[in-house]
Amino acid sequence: MRELSLNILDIAENSFKAEATEIEIVVKADANFLTISVIDNGVGMDEEFLKRVTDPFTTSRTTRKVGMGIPLIKMQAELCEGSFDIQSTKWVGTTLTASFKTNHIDRPPLGDIAETIVSLIADLKGAELTFRYELEGEEPFVLSTKEVKEELGDTIPIDTPDVLIFIKDLIKENIKLSIGGFSL
Amino acid sequence: MKSIADIKAIRDKMQSEIILRDSDETNEIRVVVGMATCGISAGARPVFNTLIDEVAKRKLTNVKVTRTGCLGMCKLEPIVEVFVPNQEKVTYVHVNSEKAMDIIVNHIVNGNVCKDYLIKDED
Repeated sequence: MRELSLNILDIAENSFKAEATEIEIVVKADANFLTISVIDNGVGMDEEFLKRVTDPFTTSRTTRKVGMGIPLIKMQAELCEGSFDIQSTKWVGTTLTASFKTNHIDRPPLGDIAETIVSLIADLKGAELTFRYELEGEEPFVLSTKEVKEELGDTIPIDTPDVLIFIKDLIKENIKLSIGGFSL
Repeated sequence: MKSIADIKAIRDKMQSEIILRDSDETNEIRVVVGMATCGISAGARPVFNTLIDEVAKRKLTNVKVTRTGCLGMCKLEPIVEVFVPNQEKVTYVHVNSEKAMDIIVNHIVNGNVCKDYLIKDED
């Protein structure tokens, strides 16, 4: 994965698979760490599956016996002197957190986070998504699909291409992609 | 700078087109992009977003672009499947943004399958 935004898209896909109705993606950054969290209220995992979920030979998919999504982000975080954590409770939900040293030479760029969020909103599969972007010293940016739907009213679906393009521009205009001279 | 309230302008503009859209449901063309780890790392996200952009630009109100998981042919990703009502499914492989544009123009708009982008024997 060339961008952390692609990892986020990949990890969030698991939340949809888990039939979550509420998914939250949080990107936080300060001069020390860039932290990504994906929080959902999906079906969760039992203790036994959770223990081996970072093993690439564990997967929920049926087409292949390998699952690289979680191992990849974990490896990337550890390479960047960050940390990785995943908490899950069966039938309650899952929270995945990965942090990366902001100025680490091996940290992939955050990349096109707007495109990632819009890719998810284009096909919400019945879930609501909240995206929070918090940079130290800046006003947090929050986008919630519930709020967008309220603004749109009942007649215009949120996955209408014109609406999606609007949301992409909205995110791009409202978030800053650098901190303390480091580009994110 | 845009704010969420600006979306009302889009809503008002689109409200007039709604009746057309609603009557079109049975003719819906579905374009499905494989977006598991394999697809995403091979470049599915720009393909997906190009499809959305083209559908918006050409005002194709009967086209729905959606995501799916792993289609089981990871080395052929990014994979795009096109479902036109009453026609056989068409599977495109190794798709990039340029090919995605061609698929919209030739296949979706003009009804000609892009034969060069299908699975080949050597795949």
